[in-house]
Amino acid sequence: MMIQLDDVTKRFPGGQEAISGLTLSIDKGDMVFVTGHSGAGKSTLLRLIALIERPTSGQVIVGGQNTRRVKRRKIPAYRRQIGMVFQDHKLLYDRPVSENVALPLVIAGVSHREAARRVRAALDQVGLLHKEKQNPETLSAGEQQRVGIARAIVTRPKLLIADEPTGNLDPDLSLEVMRIFRRFNEVGVTLLIASHDLALIDRMGCSRIELADGKLVVEEEEDHAWQ
Amino acid sequence: MAVTRHSDAVAPVRSAGALSTWFTRHVSTSIGSLGRLFRQPFASLMIILVIAVTLAIPAALNLVIKNARSVSDGWDNALDFSVYLQRGLSESEAQGLARLIQQRADVESVQLVTASEALLEFKQQSGFGEALDQLSENPLPHTLVVRPSPANTSQSMILLQEELGNLPEADVVQVDTEWVQRFHAILDIVKQAIAIAAALLGVAIIVIIGNTIRLDIQNRREEIEVTKLIGASNAFVRRPFLWSGFWYGLFGSSLALGLVQYGLFLLEQPVARLAGLYQSGVSVLALTLAESLSLLGIGVLLGLVGSWFAAARHMRRIEPR
Repeated sequence: MMIQLDDVTKRFPGGQEAISGLTLSIDKGDMVFVTGHSGAGKSTLLRLIALIERPTSGQVIVGGQNTRRVKRRKIPAYRRQIGMVFQDHKLLYDRPVSENVALPLVIAGVSHREAARRVRAALDQVGLLHKEKQNPETLSAGEQQRVGIARAIVTRPKLLIADEPTGNLDPDLSLEVMRIFRRFNEVGVTLLIASHDLALIDRMGCSRIELADGKLVVEEEEDHAWQ
Repeated sequence: MAVTRHSDAVAPVRSAGALSTWFTRHVSTSIGSLGRLFRQPFASLMIILVIAVTLAIPAALNLVIKNARSVSDGWDNALDFSVYLQRGLSESEAQGLARLIQQRADVESVQLVTASEALLEFKQQSGFGEALDQLSENPLPHTLVVRPSPANTSQSMILLQEELGNLPEADVVQVDTEWVQRFHAILDIVKQAIAIAAALLGVAIIVIIGNTIRLDIQNRREEIEVTKLIGASNAFVRRPFLWSGFWYGLFGSSLALGLVQYGLFLLEQPVARLAGLYQSGVSVLALTLAESLSLLGIGVLLGLVGSWFAAARHMRRIEPR
């Protein structure tokens, strides 16, 4: 089991519950979409997994580790094991693409030569090797998102979480991003992707979790029709 | 996925020895911070200048004290004794005594000021000339001005003073060391005052650097958030700011050193001229190597402390949202 939530509730200081009594599990090697209207708790679910938020009650277990037991000091080391992709890319525009992708390796203390090799491999996987020296600002939204994905996978995490990764992209670019995700899934990476793009999710034929008011409403198993 | 050991998640990462990784990281971070300083040359220069002036003032004042000390230490042993002889002693007896004292090893020279010479001098300088003319006899004694040899210690000076006083021909031996001691006491007080001022200026430097780093952190808030989001520790995000503080401190104190040396260079000629007038071998004492290095060290330390305060205070608050 890669991710397991056990009766998890997240209540914000105002009193409203973003997640209420949620129980679910995601197997290793799965590619799962989280859907639901905005405010349904998709983002909060991902943030609980990334330890940006802590649950008010219940257990979040990721890769066999109960996040409740991860001390504040250990959060950075915990996060380094998870690849994260964001709707707004969260790239740094004061440095070229290659340095953006290298950042997780620099944080992990990987040697220069090894890092350079891995950055090129990651950029090659998202088809942007030829743009490694450019500033991300000069790239299109789709390309920027692919840089974000390269950065998320450069440390070869076993779990990748993505919050609305195609939120700002047109259908063609969205499909391209999804195909990249699919390729990672094929080599064993577990993916959890929050999205409201139902048409795209149908095309992908992956497992789907639908949330409403912080509760699980639909759980669909993988549909192998997708090719 | 074994979450407890983060190296598992990035399992294929070959770490090139903990120490060399640590070293390489610091080298590249320090160069990165240096680059940032140079990319905003005007702002950086302003801060460095403020630090330099703030450090140079107490350093220069300390140097002034040091020089005043060394000059006045010289005076201690270059004091003349005035030996007032018994009245009624003849001029030739006084001359004989002068020759006798002259032969002592601890005496450099002896000069006889006869009673009539002293009276003449007194008449000219006091303005009581006519009143003194009314006196039937000269009230002044012959005087020997004894200059001790420079080899004397302060103890042998006291001994010499006693021995001169014990001479049967001597009436009073006068030596004015009190003002030198007073001068030294004043120097000590000024030195203390400078130390207090220097400590306050040090606090000012910490605040200046801390504030600069704080602004820098605010400007790079987004970058800090993103790096924390992808797993950077507080230590990792703090490192470039500590290096900025280090560079500010190092450049500031180097410039302070330069300012002090330049000041000395400007003073060299006037001091030489003054020394020439007094026919003394006085020359300006510069900062020693140890003093220069401690000035640099203090600058770097203040830079690090300032940036540490700012980083520790503001870094924790910046968490990914």
